[in-house]
Amino acid sequence: MTPTLIVAQILNGVQLGLMLFLLAAGLTLIFGIMDMINLAHGSLYMIGAYLTATVTSATGSFFLGVGAAIIGTALIGMALEMSVLRQLYKRDHLSQVLATFGIILIVNEIVRMIWGAQPVLLNAPEVLSGPVEIVPGFRYPAFRLFLIGVGIAVALLLFFIVNRTRVGMWVRAGASNREMAQAMGVRIKLLFTLIFGLGAALCAVAGALLGPILSVQVGMGESILILAFVVIVIGGIGSIKGALIGALLVGIVDTAGRALLPLILRDLLGRDAATNIGGALASVLIYLLMALVLFWKPEGLFPARS
Amino acid sequence: MTRAQMLILGVITLGLILVPVLAANNFTIKLFSRLLIFALAASSLNLVLGYGGMVSFGHAAYFGVGGYVVGILTVSGIASPFITWTLAVLLCALLAALIGAISLRTRGVYFIMITLAFAQMLFFVFVSLRQYGGADGLPIRPPDPLRDGRTLYYIILVTLGICLFLLWRIKESRFGRAVQAIKENESRMMALGYPVFRYQLVCFIIGGALAGLAGVLNANLNAFISPNALAWSQSGQFMMMVILGGVGRFWGGALGAVVFILLETWLGSLTIHWQLGVGAALLIIVLFAPGGLVGLVSSANAWLIKRRAAA
Amino acid sequence: MSALLDIQGLFKRFGGLVATNDCALDVRAGELHALIGPNGAGKTTLIGQIAGVIKPDSGRIRLDGVNITYLPPHRRVRMGLARTYQITNVFKKYSVLDNLALGVQARDGHSFRFWRPVRAERHLWDQAAEIAERVGLGVRQDVLAGALAHGEQRQLEVGLALTSRPRLLLLDEPLAGMGADEAGRMVDLIRRLRADLTILLVEHDMDAVFQLADRISVLVYGRIIASGAPEAIRANPDVQTAYLGDEVRA
Repeated sequence: MTPTLIVAQILNGVQLGLMLFLLAAGLTLIFGIMDMINLAHGSLYMIGAYLTATVTSATGSFFLGVGAAIIGTALIGMALEMSVLRQLYKRDHLSQVLATFGIILIVNEIVRMIWGAQPVLLNAPEVLSGPVEIVPGFRYPAFRLFLIGVGIAVALLLFFIVNRTRVGMWVRAGASNREMAQAMGVRIKLLFTLIFGLGAALCAVAGALLGPILSVQVGMGESILILAFVVIVIGGIGSIKGALIGALLVGIVDTAGRALLPLILRDLLGRDAATNIGGALASVLIYLLMALVLFWKPEGLFPARS
Repeated sequence: MTRAQMLILGVITLGLILVPVLAANNFTIKLFSRLLIFALAASSLNLVLGYGGMVSFGHAAYFGVGGYVVGILTVSGIASPFITWTLAVLLCALLAALIGAISLRTRGVYFIMITLAFAQMLFFVFVSLRQYGGADGLPIRPPDPLRDGRTLYYIILVTLGICLFLLWRIKESRFGRAVQAIKENESRMMALGYPVFRYQLVCFIIGGALAGLAGVLNANLNAFISPNALAWSQSGQFMMMVILGGVGRFWGGALGAVVFILLETWLGSLTIHWQLGVGAALLIIVLFAPGGLVGLVSSANAWLIKRRAAA
Repeated sequence: MSALLDIQGLFKRFGGLVATNDCALDVRAGELHALIGPNGAGKTTLIGQIAGVIKPDSGRIRLDGVNITYLPPHRRVRMGLARTYQITNVFKKYSVLDNLALGVQARDGHSFRFWRPVRAERHLWDQAAEIAERVGLGVRQDVLAGALAHGEQRQLEVGLALTSRPRLLLLDEPLAGMGADEAGRMVDLIRRLRADLTILLVEHDMDAVFQLADRISVLVYGRIIASGAPEAIRANPDVQTAYLGDEVRA
């Protein structure tokens, strides 16, 4: 275990955390303001990745692909909100879970019909494909560094929107006090649709950026969706700050756990057992973290309503 | 139960008893075995979710663990069903006690998510247990009499019958009424002097144990167990079955399971994109028939009676 | 008379707000004690702490000499402390009799019975019917609670509290939102109950309070500023300035 390995793993963790934040931010706002569990959030992430891959291979430009995916996914998200999800706000959580579970199945099949069951190729853009030397002797992939940069930029933008603009004021009012949100009347419908569009756009960014690292395939949305839920539950539902801190926590714990636990255990247990147990422990770690947080703080670290 | 309901139940029971006699092939017997097993699993979730009001998104954990207990014991040379089944059910009850004791500190969405988290933990534990097949799963060789499809079918049928009778008595008992009233109005039950937490926990444990039993049967039927049995999509499927049949209606779980599996089998034979149909059916049920199928039947029934009375 | 309920030095803060501020209160066995105070005085918080749904920061609550400060609500009920809610809190989808039977079942020992159908337990239903009669809902016992008139729901609310056979009954604004007729019926009911119960009554309706109470305590900014017989409270200058206002003085 060298210092550079540890630094690299922490950077990987921050990078995963920031991507999770992009998903969790939309999820937590929808959750906090509309009291809506939207499992289909992961489907939007998947759609974003597929759109990016398609447009990128058609135009040859990754950045054009990302732009198109953001617009396309936002539109699909808003259409979904206006057609189906809107009907579910007043229903109980069970109905929301099941209806959006149904949407996952539908979207997965549609994607499979259009793009096929095999993973789709999405490469990082040429400019960012190599490693960069951050300090002499420490090289880190440029694309991952780019992800961290974009993640921080989007996080700052989001904080600016929520804390400094009029729309953000509504959002905050809605997240901390639902009656207040309802009292805003007609505008609320538009606001909800816009928040959904924003959430979908963030999904698309995450899908486009993680596509080249993970893989673009049917079902990619579900595994990351559960992580995003863990994030917002740890952070406290409805809180953007909670989502950010929860995301970084989950990202670092998960990445570091996977990389370092087997190494740490090797000295104690021997190589085979360490790989085996270390792997199991590492994948369980974030759920353990969530259970612990909820045990001490049943409403997450930063509850939006107290 | 009214006489008409007794009659229907009698006919269905008779039909189920005759299935292995009339079945043309083993495929049919296996299909019916699956129907009965999932009817048990969904009914156990209906106890927790429908009667107890606890939206557990990790019910497949017990289903899978029950199967794994049988599998692991069998490959370790302990095949006697009396030992493996008892241990499986006891372990699932213990697991539910542990998970419930922690999860029931939270409410609402947090409860949904923490139960999901525990199920995910167990899922990954079994994925990483390479000596027991890891992600590929573990083939099991059930003891002799259970390898015969017909014998197993009757064992499953009797088990389901006993469990449903048990659930029926629970529903009407003091305990059952207390649990249902807690779902209706928790704060009032506390103010009446009920230790709410203990009732919910016991309900959660019974549900977990019965799901474990269903998992045991499932592992025997397939002679196989894999982490998929406790995947989150399996938990979602159980919830689907319950809402499809009717949340908190006694026959909701069983009916939902039967309709769901038949729908899945039928759509699966038509197209590889059968999940599209399942998803659409689910969406339609949630949006347009919140009471599930049992709800639809009873409102249709009420409508008929009203019409007859008017005529 | 000895104190059945005895509260000493109770504090509760919510962030910067001190909702209960060194509160002291004693309710003697057999009396009807009224707790009054202007809106925002902290009555709801105090009731919550007595019932056990809010944990105090410090101080002590004793019921018949036993320290109950940190007992969970259901244990307090077992010890003879029952409450009604300010906002009607009954099982709306259940009939009046089903509501009351749930309460009787709670008192009737443990409810961890999984086998025997409740319908067959005659004594539960007999006792439930008796209580329905007692709170004036005898003829309405098969009606769904949600379908009752507002005043009737309040009567059921009291009936539910009675099922635990309490020694001390907390009535949290039982007259809230009632018309004159309904309020009259409720006042009669409370008058009948006081014959065999100790009652702590929180109420805004001053006519009813001065009609019913043996003693009155006045809560202002989380603290009891005066306690005594109705005439003494009426005459107390502190109470007049802090709470009752000019109309009473005139």
